Amino acid sequence: MTRFESELQEVADRVVAQARPGEQVEAFVARGGETDVRIYDGDVEHFVSAQSEGVGIRVIRDGRTGFAYAGTLAEDAIRDVLAEARDNVQFGTVDDWAALAEPDGVAVTEQELWNDELAEHPTADKIDLAKQLEKLASGADPRVRVDDSNYADAWGESAVASTTGIRMSGRENGCYVSVSTLADDGDGDDAETQTGFGFSVGRSPAEFDLERAAREAVDRATRLLGATQPPSRRVTVVLDPFVTAQFIGVISSTLNGEAVVKGRSLFRDRVGEVVAAPTVTLVDDPTNPEAYTATDVDGEGLAARRNVLIQDGVLRQFVHNSYSGRRAGTVSTGNATRGGFAGTPGVGCLALSLVPGTRTQTELVADVDDGLLVQQMQGLHSGVNPISGDFSTGAAGLLISNGNVGAPVREITIASTLQKMLLDIVEVGGDLEWLPMRSSGMSLVIRDVTMSGA
Amino acid sequence: MNPGDGDRRLGRVIDRDVLQRVLAGAVSTGAEFAEIYAEDKRSTSAALDDGRIEQVSSGRDRGVGIRVVAGETTGFAYTSDLTEAGLGVAAGAAAEAASRGGGGVRTIALTPSATHRPNTIERDPDSVAKAAKVELLERMNDAARSYGPEIVQVSAGYGDSRKHVLVANTDGVLTDDEVVRTLVRVSAVADGDTGMQTGYQSMGHTIGFEVFDTVDVEELAREAARQAITKLRARPAPSGAMPVVIKHGTGGVLFHEACGHGLEADHIQKGASVYAGKVGQQVASPLVTLVDDGTMPGEWGTLGYDDEGHVTQRNVLIEDGVLTDYMWDYLRARKDGRPQSGNGRRQSYQHLPMVRMTNTFVLDGPDDPDDIIASTPNGVYVAKLGGGSVNTASGDFVFGMTEAYLIENGRITEPLRDGNLIGNGPKVLADIDMLGNDFAMGSPGTCGKDGQGVPVGDGQPTLRVKSLTVGGTA
Repeated sequence: MTRFESELQEVADRVVAQARPGEQVEAFVARGGETDVRIYDGDVEHFVSAQSEGVGIRVIRDGRTGFAYAGTLAEDAIRDVLAEARDNVQFGTVDDWAALAEPDGVAVTEQELWNDELAEHPTADKIDLAKQLEKLASGADPRVRVDDSNYADAWGESAVASTTGIRMSGRENGCYVSVSTLADDGDGDDAETQTGFGFSVGRSPAEFDLERAAREAVDRATRLLGATQPPSRRVTVVLDPFVTAQFIGVISSTLNGEAVVKGRSLFRDRVGEVVAAPTVTLVDDPTNPEAYTATDVDGEGLAARRNVLIQDGVLRQFVHNSYSGRRAGTVSTGNATRGGFAGTPGVGCLALSLVPGTRTQTELVADVDDGLLVQQMQGLHSGVNPISGDFSTGAAGLLISNGNVGAPVREITIASTLQKMLLDIVEVGGDLEWLPMRSSGMSLVIRDVTMSGA
Repeated sequence: MNPGDGDRRLGRVIDRDVLQRVLAGAVSTGAEFAEIYAEDKRSTSAALDDGRIEQVSSGRDRGVGIRVVAGETTGFAYTSDLTEAGLGVAAGAAAEAASRGGGGVRTIALTPSATHRPNTIERDPDSVAKAAKVELLERMNDAARSYGPEIVQVSAGYGDSRKHVLVANTDGVLTDDEVVRTLVRVSAVADGDTGMQTGYQSMGHTIGFEVFDTVDVEELAREAARQAITKLRARPAPSGAMPVVIKHGTGGVLFHEACGHGLEADHIQKGASVYAGKVGQQVASPLVTLVDDGTMPGEWGTLGYDDEGHVTQRNVLIEDGVLTDYMWDYLRARKDGRPQSGNGRRQSYQHLPMVRMTNTFVLDGPDDPDDIIASTPNGVYVAKLGGGSVNTASGDFVFGMTEAYLIENGRITEPLRDGNLIGNGPKVLADIDMLGNDFAMGSPGTCGKDGQGVPVGDGQPTLRVKSLTVGGTA
């Protein structure tokens, strides 16, 4: 959020003012809106424009926690929410570490996350951008058609207040365009279709690169035409930046302080040990304005900050909110996450990045004798277990032989374990990209991964 | 209107006259169709972790989504303001996007539909004390922890919700439905020489607290613990194509991914499904009859009316291996000039409806499940599936195995570590060469599509696929 004196702060303050002696009370109030345009075949397929708002209230008394929320800011509804949260307190088990965050004196790094240009951007132009993107993608290659082309933007404003002295509000907005492509080839029994996607993100439409988004969507789909299922074997994989970002996202759940204190992290008790190859430095830095998920405060209203998680392969620290920090005998690292007003704060990385290397994807590929360039993964939620470390996902991409990218392959999985993959990282590419996810991406080379096909 | 009203029936909160006026206004600038979807949901959840009830939460979600259609264009807006003025603003915003020239005055006459309630609720979650809900979690925690000393962590969750839905549209449809959901889930973590392993069980039905009269929550917890402990001695899963036997119930995810999404009419109409143009053709082994049925009492995907106000029904999609029909929503059905099928669903009033599955399952076959394993010389037996995903255009789909074993010489032997399996839909359906007679429904699922999640059920008998690629490391 960009710090902003929001009227929502008054709403949050009024709730906190009703706290009774012995109660800790936190109110999180949010309001947000979206515009979502989908174009198909030159026409608007759908146009969504709306906003919503709500409040979430947490009450802690004698170590017990209760919570309630409502999707409205009507005064009587807020009264009901506070009453429900109070009623729910009695059912929580006493937890000596349960408490709200307190201001910790860490200065907020101010960020410019609100763009007036986006807020005032004419609707007709938003529709036009999505139409342009569709034209660019469908005109690029006779085998390619467009499944959908989209423009979307969102804005959010929120305020948090607590009896422990937290008082913070802010707002942010952002936009993106995306296109999904279909590439067809062959006839009859040989007919096949492959898919691709491309996108461009920004704080305002002026930052979009439609040509690049269209080109990537077309390339991703057409590259896979003619793909066959290869025989199974161990290979070196080179992950495309988008795939690397997804991989880093999985790693981040093993560095979650709450998982650590509850014994669910496979890296617990390993601070100071080598957990990755020496080329690996992993940093969570939401103060970096280039990160799409940059923010100035975390979900509990504490300053977001730069945390070095892995340095030259050595595990340095985990990320914490105030609860997990307290339990771990340390303090919050400014990593409370909050997915809206309907839940209580969790813990998570906010804006991850591997420190990039220096070489391009082509140079990385040139060093691989027998490998796989992974263009996409499928099933991250079903074949990856961050507690056991098992990693197995569907994949598609291009084989690499003797340093050259070759035939496309599909209907394969790639598998290893998270622990082993981190140690097996050969090189981090220099082709850093800031993506619309909680992690940046760049090409990444990992050896000794099992590719399963025929 | 006082939002705190005790009477939560939406039909009283929004008068029929108001609905008719708002709908008429929505189409007054030339649109052909408008729809009001109103929702009022109350939910309660409780979470236990690390031996403690962490919190009990209560929530209220209430609002209206208004859709306006002109030709191929849909305008949509939503609001939590249920007054006539608030609805009018939302309708205006939606109509603006879908406006054409012309229009005029239309009178909308809404005819309330008959009640269609596949489920009977005996114990409304609102009538059950929170203490009773919390107690379930404590019982699950105790049962999982006492199953074995290797269990080092247990988390459990309870959730219930009661949602009123009102749908009114310019075709005169007016439906009122109520959906109650009750769910528990439990995860166990075991620690051993090979590291940590996990087990998970869940149970959910569209009925009330009476579900716990027949469901044994301690048994669910012991099952989760057993899975985790079993996997402590798991070896890496094999890698490559081989026969795979999938246990009844859980395996329904296979069909959900292999062909369920591919049979949704929106993918079909956009030429983004491998099943396009194949009605009347053999798309699966003759053993396979696939049904999507939104009326099964108590199942997780069951509704009385879909989220467009169409009655839910039983739809046979594949019969003896031949493709008979797709699944439809209002717009897809209108485009093809055919009736809807009760598959128009949405996550909430803040979302557009689209074609979704309800309860998707394969009917019984002829084989004894024990014979299926015994007649498989070598392969993998999947006792529990996790989630999955599919690319409907290419047909490639994956699903995860969260409890699996090696089959050696027709016998189930060693447990295997978690992983994904991958296959191509039409080929996998054709490769089903044995189908058991032990049909069962699986665990409650959430189906994600285009950024929206809806509750779904699935099920199947024990079956064998001649060849699937197992994504192991061995």
